[in-house]
This record gives sequence, structure tokens and C-alpha cells, in this order.
Amino acid sequence: MSAQTSIRDMFFEESEELLEALGEGLALMLGGDHNDETVNAVFRAVHSIKGGAGAFKLSALVAFAHRFETVLDEVRGHRLAIDTDLMHTLQRSADHLTDLVEDARTGTDASNAQTPEFLAALDARLGAPPPPEPEAEEEFSFAALTLDLDLTDLGREAVEEPMAGHQFTIRFRPHATLYSNGHDPALLIATLADLGEIEALPDLSRLPDLADFDPAKPSLGWEIRLASEADLAAVQEVFEFVDGLCELDIRVRKPRAVEEAAVSAAVMPVPTGPGDQTDSDTPAVAPVLPTVRPAVRDDAPAEGTPAAEKSGPKPTLRVDLDRVDRLINAVGELIINQSMIAQRVQELRLATDADVVTHVEDYRLLARDIQEAVMAIRAQPVKPLFQRMSRIVREAADSTGKSARLVTHGEGAEVDKTLVERLADPLTHMIRNAVDHGLEMPEGRLAAGKDPVGTIHLSAAHRSGAVIITIRDDGTGLNRPKILEIARKKNLVSAEAELTDTEIDALLFLPGFSTASTVSNLSGRGVGLDVVRNAVAALGGRVSITSTPGQGTEFTISLPLTLAVLDGMLVSVAGQIMVVPITAVHETIRPSKEELHVVGANDRLLSIRGKFIPMVDVAEGLGFQRAEGHSEPQTLLLVETEQKGQCALIVDRVFDQRQVVIKGLDTNYGAVPGVSAATVLGDGRIALILDPDAIANNRVLPGPDFRSAAKHIEGKSRAVA
Amino acid sequence: MMIKVLAIDDSRTIRSLVQKVMEDAGFLCALADDGVQGVQRFQQDPPDVVITDINMPNMDGYGVISAIRGGAVNRNVPILVLTTESAPHLKAKARDAGATGWIVKPFDDAAIVSVVRRVTGARA
Repeated sequence: MSAQTSIRDMFFEESEELLEALGEGLALMLGGDHNDETVNAVFRAVHSIKGGAGAFKLSALVAFAHRFETVLDEVRGHRLAIDTDLMHTLQRSADHLTDLVEDARTGTDASNAQTPEFLAALDARLGAPPPPEPEAEEEFSFAALTLDLDLTDLGREAVEEPMAGHQFTIRFRPHATLYSNGHDPALLIATLADLGEIEALPDLSRLPDLADFDPAKPSLGWEIRLASEADLAAVQEVFEFVDGLCELDIRVRKPRAVEEAAVSAAVMPVPTGPGDQTDSDTPAVAPVLPTVRPAVRDDAPAEGTPAAEKSGPKPTLRVDLDRVDRLINAVGELIINQSMIAQRVQELRLATDADVVTHVEDYRLLARDIQEAVMAIRAQPVKPLFQRMSRIVREAADSTGKSARLVTHGEGAEVDKTLVERLADPLTHMIRNAVDHGLEMPEGRLAAGKDPVGTIHLSAAHRSGAVIITIRDDGTGLNRPKILEIARKKNLVSAEAELTDTEIDALLFLPGFSTASTVSNLSGRGVGLDVVRNAVAALGGRVSITSTPGQGTEFTISLPLTLAVLDGMLVSVAGQIMVVPITAVHETIRPSKEELHVVGANDRLLSIRGKFIPMVDVAEGLGFQRAEGHSEPQTLLLVETEQKGQCALIVDRVFDQRQVVIKGLDTNYGAVPGVSAATVLGDGRIALILDPDAIANNRVLPGPDFRSAAKHIEGKSRAVA
Repeated sequence: MMIKVLAIDDSRTIRSLVQKVMEDAGFLCALADDGVQGVQRFQQDPPDVVITDINMPNMDGYGVISAIRGGAVNRNVPILVLTTESAPHLKAKARDAGATGWIVKPFDDAAIVSVVRRVTGARA
């Protein structure tokens, strides 16, 4: 990777931070904080993005950032009042800037088509026509703006064109400010000397008598004769920085033309770019010397140049993700190795204070520490993800004509990087849903006595080894009769089935379910909540929903902290050791005979605390043959499944709970229905990690039918009692 | 003797770019994130030339110039201002504040090196 690319990467990384700061600043402004420093920080974020973008010639980005910055500059200078409308424009401009940065990063220009629209919105805020950009578009390229004084090049040209010379006479008398601004006349003269043959004569005419000599007052001047191939502009450029800091008079005589041009003293205009050359002061020069600027060399260092890559001042280290994953994998092996050793030592039945026992215990603790530290490397706060959601809320509100705000909590909560990334899509969908389906129109809200602006709360929290993310809106709540009606129409439930509220809510997650009676702008993408549920399930998490009519709906996503280890319950099924994720298990039950009921040919129900729950034989679900037919189940695991609600898994035995290292099956073997992954146990045996959802889905009849069966049994048991 | 450059910019992209260009040209380059840190670095290890951004948090480029020009150490050091504005009045403002010269962003590698050489007298 060349140094150039890595700085480019750095630019995008920094831009992301700046966009984040921009979003935060705008949020503060929206909240009424119009503090100068807040506004300035917003301005600086855009300004810095523009500056960096310029360095990489990202002209679309520069052009938009420039105009955005102009408006912010007006705000900063208190020339533009901050109102809702302006904030609206600024936030949307920030969104567009985000898109342009993303475009630049990926090398596309998908969003640039919308730039004029956003520019128009910004210009509208300026009231008057926007001040012309200081440079025309092409001046964002390097050539037009450079102070090209590449002396070696000029020297070469002199050799190639020996005859094209000019005679310059330069009278130069520094003011005191020239010295105090850090200039040195000797350096200026030396720079001139690089342009050609010079003769510099000191002008001592103003040198006072020694008695009157004031060392702080400059008294020297020079008359310099220069014979050079360079043109007037090049000579003027030598004095560019000292304009106004000295008396200066440059006269040029071109031998062939025998013409002399005088440039007025002291206020010598210096062309610094094409924009300046149109100044009214300069035309006197133009006819004599068409300003031909030397070509700019493309001075990009070759790839082989010793890279001056230094880590930035922030005490961070950028590491290839592969290396981290290799480390995580190695730590996984370490944990397995540790548990193997622990098991062997345990089998030796040594005294608990035996040396090796304490060492093994130390080893266990150390291994856990290392594991946690390694996991922490991949952990990232959900904050950037949450911040992106405020944009989704804005866009969804805009396209539906609703007003909404996003309030976030616990955005410092850290989750595995992959989880954060893979959560973006489902979260976006749910946030959109919350605005689109959850919130009422402003009039409706007013009529219901609510704030016309709806609020979406997005929060993250750690809870016992899991991350809980909730999306709560203060809208109408779920329209359960409507949901039921749709589900019936779509044959998702039988017409007679009577469902509890929770069961009705769960219908939303069924494939192909959509409550929107009209296809809104936001829907129509063929994505339902089932996709959300699947995406979350793929991350080892689950989604649930609660809703109160008139008050709103809350979705809760529960996710594991990492994808590398899992807290599991070791069970045996058909003689095999298997692992059930602890997060899925509600309780273990040893059922009594009275609690078990058979319905139809093979389906069985567990009655517990007045509820009937379908039972699923794991062994059967995985295709094992039960030698002794249907014996009475001894041990049941009560699990919560996404689609079928609660379900009791039949296993043979429960051993213990432990942390296991997840080894993907997909890469090592292939997907197996009902099995999510595998692990290696302490004794070296392989154990499959079960996916309770998949097992339940394969086996369990649709819930409503179970309910009617349950009703049937309930009736019977009542009759018996 | 190796030329020592102090680059002050709140954007780490620009800081790194300046540092790379300076080091490629054979100069030493120290960095600072904002004006306050810049003036501190300046006093701890006076450089041969300062390149500073204008718009920065805590202390802006004008603040840096006046702190250096009004200070006791190395007050006549060349100070170059990095600016995205090329409007003449902004250059005049920088010059009036005591800047030695300016470099308009986006800068060309060769140009910035040549300006540094020009104000420090360093030969290629």
C-alpha cells in the first residue's frame, strides 16, 4: 500500500469522524444550542472535509462542501438566523455530504445527481445569489493554483531556449514589517538568483549617520539586475509574499521587443491564479508579456519512495481485521486446550490444593482474561450505527409527511464489529417501519392529545452477556384486529383460531406479511419483518414485540456480544452430546405424567402453569432413530422460538452449562438443518450446537392448530376434574 | 543542517499529507493538532519554519502567528499559512497578522516544498 493510499484511507476515516461530529453538532443546534463553539465545530467539520477532499481532487465533494460551508459561515457570522427551516436544510445537506463522501470512497457518483437540488436549497437560505466561488471548477485541480517555482525545471528550460531572455531591473526596499513577518531579503535575492544572472547593488542612500542609526528601522535597499528566461510573472512571484511589506519596482525589457513595462511601485499586483489575473490592475502587463506559466510537474512521488508513514498522533493502531480474527481463532483453540487440560486434571482426582490444580485454575482464569481482551478488540460502540438512524428517521418522516425525532440511549454500548455491521440493515428497516407504520400523521397525533412530533427511542444496553436493542415509538400501537384480518385473508391462520395478543403480534414476523394497506414509498421493497427476524436470528439473536394500543410499539432485539463464543447448555440426545444456546433456554423441566398429553398421531403437548406447549423431540428432529419408540420424555427444555412461541424440546439428559467456542459448520462441512455450528469439548469430542428455532419449525404444527388442540384437551381435563 | 518544519492542522489527513511531503523532501516534520499544541511544540523545539492551518479549534492560525511573533523565542521564524481561501483579502489578513507566506489548499507537493525552501533558504 503506497503512502498516498494510506493517507487517502485516513481521509475517509477522518471524514467519517467529521461527519459524526457534524451530525452531533447539528443535533445540538437543533436542540437549541446556538453556542458559537457549537456552530464553529459544525463549520470546521465541513471545512476540514472540503480541505481533505481538495487534496485528493474529489471535485464533486469539494464543490458541495464549499457551498455548504458558505452557508455555515453565514450562520457562524450571525448573518443568518437559525430556524427550523434552516436546520432542516443543514441536516439534509449533511446527509447529502455523507453520501458524497461515500461516493468518493467507493469511486462512484451515484449521489452527485442530487447535488443541484441541495445546492438550490442552500442557496435559497443565502437569500442573495451565492458569492461566486473563489475559483472556477477547474481550479480545484493543482495546476491552476500552484506557486510554481520549480527552479530546477526553469534552469533546464534556460538551457533549451538560450535566446529567449528578459532584462529585469528591480528596485527593492524592505519595510520593517518584512523582517518581522519572517522574511529575509537575502533569501529573496537568492531566489531571484536562481532565475538567472543577477547583479545586486545595495542602495545605501538612506543609511543614516551612525549616531542616528536605529537597528529596528530598516535602511537598506537594493537595485537588482536580472537576466532571465523567466517571465515577469515568475519574478513577481518571488515577491508575492512581501507585497505591501516593501517598496518594489520591477521593470522588464525584452530584448527582441525592446519594450519596457513598468509596474507601479509598492502596490504591485501579483497574479496568483487565473482569477486574480482578471484584476483591473494588471492589464498593463498583459500585452507585453503573455503570462505563460511554466508547466507544473506531476511531482507525485514514485511508489518506491521510502514511505514517510507515521502513525497519527492518536494513540491507536490500525490492524488488519484478518489478524484479529486469526488471534480470536487461536484464543478459541487455547480455551479448548485449557478445558481439555482441566478435564484431564480433574480425572486425576488430585487434592484441591495440589500444585497442578491451582495452576490449572490460574490457567483457566488467564485464558478467560485473554479471551475477553481479544473480544474487546473487535468490540465497537453502537453510536455510529445509531447516528445513522437519525437520518433514516428524517428521510422516512419526509417521505410520509410525518414529523419525527430520534432519541438514542446507551449508544456507548459495545458490540462485536460484525454484529454492528450486520445490524445496520435490520435496524434501518425497523426504524423506517416505526415511522411509516407506527407513527400517526401530525393531525392525528394532535387529535389524540399527543405532541405532533413523534418520537422514536432507540436504545442499547448490556444485559447478562447479551446486548438488548430496543426501538420504541410513541405511535398508535399495533392494530391487532387488522393484523388478524390480514393473516386470515392470507391464510396464515385458520379462520376459527383465537389468538392471544402476543400471538397476533408474532404474526407480523411471518414471511409475506405486510400490514400497510397502501404501498407507501418506504415499503414496496418486498421486505417484511420476517427478513428482519431472519437477519437477527442469523446473528444468534432474536426479536420480540410488545405494543399498547394508542401508546406505541416496542421492538426488542437481543443479541450475543460476540459471534465467537457462546454460553451453552450441554445435553445428550440419542447418545450424542449437544449444545443448546443458554439464551434460548427459559427453563428445564422434568415433567410429571399428568403434564404430558398426546394429540393426534404423534404430537404431544406439555401443560404447564395452565398453558399448553408443543413438545419437539430433538432426536427425531435431527433424524435419529429412537430404539425404544416413544418413551416418556424425561427432560424438557422450555425454549422461546421466534415463530412458534414457546416450545418444549425433548432431550435425554442435561449435563452442565459452559462457554463453548463456536466453530462454523458452513466452512468446514456444510449447513445442517437444525444445527447452527459445532464446538470442541474439553475431552476433544465434537459437539453440535443446536438451533432450537429451526428444530421447532421443522416439527411443530402452526401455533393456532395447537391452540385448538390444547382447547380440546383442556376441555377434557376439566371434564375429568 | 536538516530543516525542521512544524505543521499545525486539526485535520489529520492534511497533517499527514504535509508531513509526508516534507519528509519526502528531506525535512524533519513535527506535528500539532491545534493552535495551543502548536505554540507549545514551537516553544519546546523551535522549528525553522511553521506551516499552520487557519481554522482550528482552541486557537486558530492567527492566534498561532501572534503568539509566535509576540513571543520571546525565534519570533522572526517564517510562518506559512495553509488556507483553502485564495481570496486576496484573506491573504492580506494573514500577511497583516504576520504570516510570511501562504499555501493555498489543495496544495501541490512541489509547490509547498519550493515555498518552504524559499522562505528558509534551504537548497534542494
